[in-house]
Amino acid sequence: MVDDVLHLNDVVLRRGDFALRADASLVAGKVTALMGSSGSGKSTLLAAIAGFEAPVSGRITLDGRDITDLAPGDRPVSILFQDGNLFPHLTVAQNVGLGLRPDLRLSKQQVSERDQVLARVGLGGMPDRLPRDLSGGQQSRAALARALVSGRSWLLLDEAFSALGPALRREMLALVRDMAESRGMSVLMVTHDPRDARQIADFTGLIHEGHLSDPRPTSPLFADPPPELLEYLGDSRSD
Amino acid sequence: MTGIRIGQTAGAAVLLALFVPLLALAIRADAWAGLTARDWAAIRFTLWQAAASAALSVLLGIPVARALARRRFLGRDAVVLLLGAPFILPVIVAILGLVAVFGRSGPVSAALAWFGLEPLSIYGPQGVLLAHVFFNLPLATRLILQGWLAIPGERLRLAASLGFGPSDTFRLLEWPMLRGVVPGIFVVIFLICTTSFAVALALGGGPRSTTVELAIYQAFRFDFDLSRVAVLGAAQLALAGVAAALSLRLTVPSAFGGGLDRAIPRWDSAGLGLRIQDAAAIGLACAFLLAPLALMAAQGLPALPDMPPSIWGAALRSLVVALAAALVTTGLALALSMAAIRAGGGWVEIAGTLSVAASPLVLGVGLYILLLPLADPVALALPITAAVNTLFALPFALRAILPAMRELDRDFGRLASSLDLSGWPWLRLVALPRLRRPAGFAAGLTAALSAGDLGVITLFGAPDGATLPLVMYQLMGSYRLEEAKAAALVLVVLSIGLFWLFEHGGRRASPE
Repeated sequence: MVDDVLHLNDVVLRRGDFALRADASLVAGKVTALMGSSGSGKSTLLAAIAGFEAPVSGRITLDGRDITDLAPGDRPVSILFQDGNLFPHLTVAQNVGLGLRPDLRLSKQQVSERDQVLARVGLGGMPDRLPRDLSGGQQSRAALARALVSGRSWLLLDEAFSALGPALRREMLALVRDMAESRGMSVLMVTHDPRDARQIADFTGLIHEGHLSDPRPTSPLFADPPPELLEYLGDSRSD
Repeated sequence: MTGIRIGQTAGAAVLLALFVPLLALAIRADAWAGLTARDWAAIRFTLWQAAASAALSVLLGIPVARALARRRFLGRDAVVLLLGAPFILPVIVAILGLVAVFGRSGPVSAALAWFGLEPLSIYGPQGVLLAHVFFNLPLATRLILQGWLAIPGERLRLAASLGFGPSDTFRLLEWPMLRGVVPGIFVVIFLICTTSFAVALALGGGPRSTTVELAIYQAFRFDFDLSRVAVLGAAQLALAGVAAALSLRLTVPSAFGGGLDRAIPRWDSAGLGLRIQDAAAIGLACAFLLAPLALMAAQGLPALPDMPPSIWGAALRSLVVALAAALVTTGLALALSMAAIRAGGGWVEIAGTLSVAASPLVLGVGLYILLLPLADPVALALPITAAVNTLFALPFALRAILPAMRELDRDFGRLASSLDLSGWPWLRLVALPRLRRPAGFAAGLTAALSAGDLGVITLFGAPDGATLPLVMYQLMGSYRLEEAKAAALVLVVLSIGLFWLFEHGGRRASPE
């Protein structure tokens, strides 16, 4: 899966006054964090990669394939939102099963695959529960399990765990990292918290003045922050 | 996505079903004669009674709504529920009840006679107004109440801290609200009254109180004068079309909106005089709504054993028509909603709403003309009735389902499309489970309206193929009032029961 590079070729997104230009390559098999001040268009960019927003110009290619005009469901991409990742009237097993087949007519093999992943994210004992009977962390685990079974090569996290407390969030990020590594998945996560990036991201991209260029390795970036990162970090640099 | 295509096909089918019969009628009406003096009288009466009914309903509804907005009392929920009942009450049942109370041999006339006054006559323009107010006062009250409850609580608190009296509150808070909502409500009721047929059929007639709809019925049924049906139909379409267009431009609160179960705390209305005034408004409104039904039930119950057996066949036919209409309407509304929430789907919503301005009778005559070369329309009276009921219940079903579908798409649309969950699996796994409540409501409403409908069936219902409302009307026409009242009880149980079953079923099965 090393070839699954995500190329943003001069992608321009515009909504009213807001404009974002992304010209970047995201490395496959790694975790990339996407940072930027609020309103900088992090989530809009993720939505464009997932297929919910059409770029004004530019192409998005994944593994050499142009996905710019594909429907969201046809892209090799899973996305987790801040909330509303689960259908509240479907059980955990059903919600996860949707990642394998949207009509839920699972084969025996798919059922066992689903149950394995449920066990791996720590939900083995509760396939028949409804989301409302799960804690916030368990709901995130169920949504992650669905992304894992779907077999799509990229996982997009749109501040997916920001509703969780700090300890739970770190735990989820660690789980994401483990799972992505063991399955060779690539992760692109939007976050406003530099600690998230430093915890799990191999690369970090910064949207500055409406522009995103190639993400850089996280540790050197934070060790010797360029002016735009310093500006973004402000007081939180000491964190 | 297949769901959108199905919805667009359904929208096109609805448009065809509305316009092809009209076209057939227009072609068949060989001589487009002008409007006669009789026709002009019908148009004038239609406009006059609709305006008067709407004005009375709104004027009487304001004090009742105000009382409900600012008072909490035991049984308030029951009153709000009662205000919703006339919407699904079969028209002919209400008419029978009103005749029982306000007719020549009713208690009101008896009381007048006791004072040496003339007894009332319910037949004529005054009867038409009375029945229309019976149906629309509760609607007006509910809609105005919604406006009242939309006044932000903090503004009322501010008013209280500034020491506003009732007249200050009225002038500065309530009057601006009324000025905003009342015109829209007036036009909606006006529209309902221009297209109402059963009331005019049962209580109107004669040169002084014939509406356009009734004139269409008479032109078809007595004279089989298709040209006149066409001319009157065009007039009716113009009347209702203008009213519908007006009502779209004015904001109207949703009649089905929830949240009427709370009263806003008020600090300016504790005076005894105002409390008496509010109690009187609520008490009189309840008495006006309940007395006809109570009297009819009291007189109908003893006659139950004497009911002609034809009642049961008619009840069965009404049940079948109601279930068919409920099923098709709800399915159509779901399909239309799926297409209407997409970009470029606005026309689908309009297609599903157009029938508010159409005339069931004109549609019925058009279908009759279309079917005549192919089959005996009288033999198809029930399917035609179900089809027309479907078209006319569709706007209400759509109003219940479309906002819920929109909300569903907002909450889960992205999630579903990222999972490639669309079309039939989306309907089966997401839409149907999550929309059970509005779908149940839509089905219940359609079933009740359809079971109680006395419209197109009067055009060509044969005696052995009559629905229950038609049998009731025929019993009334032959002065077998006790039996008619007994049949009315069966019809009330049927239509309210159907509504309850669907609505309650949808609510019980809905998640959370």
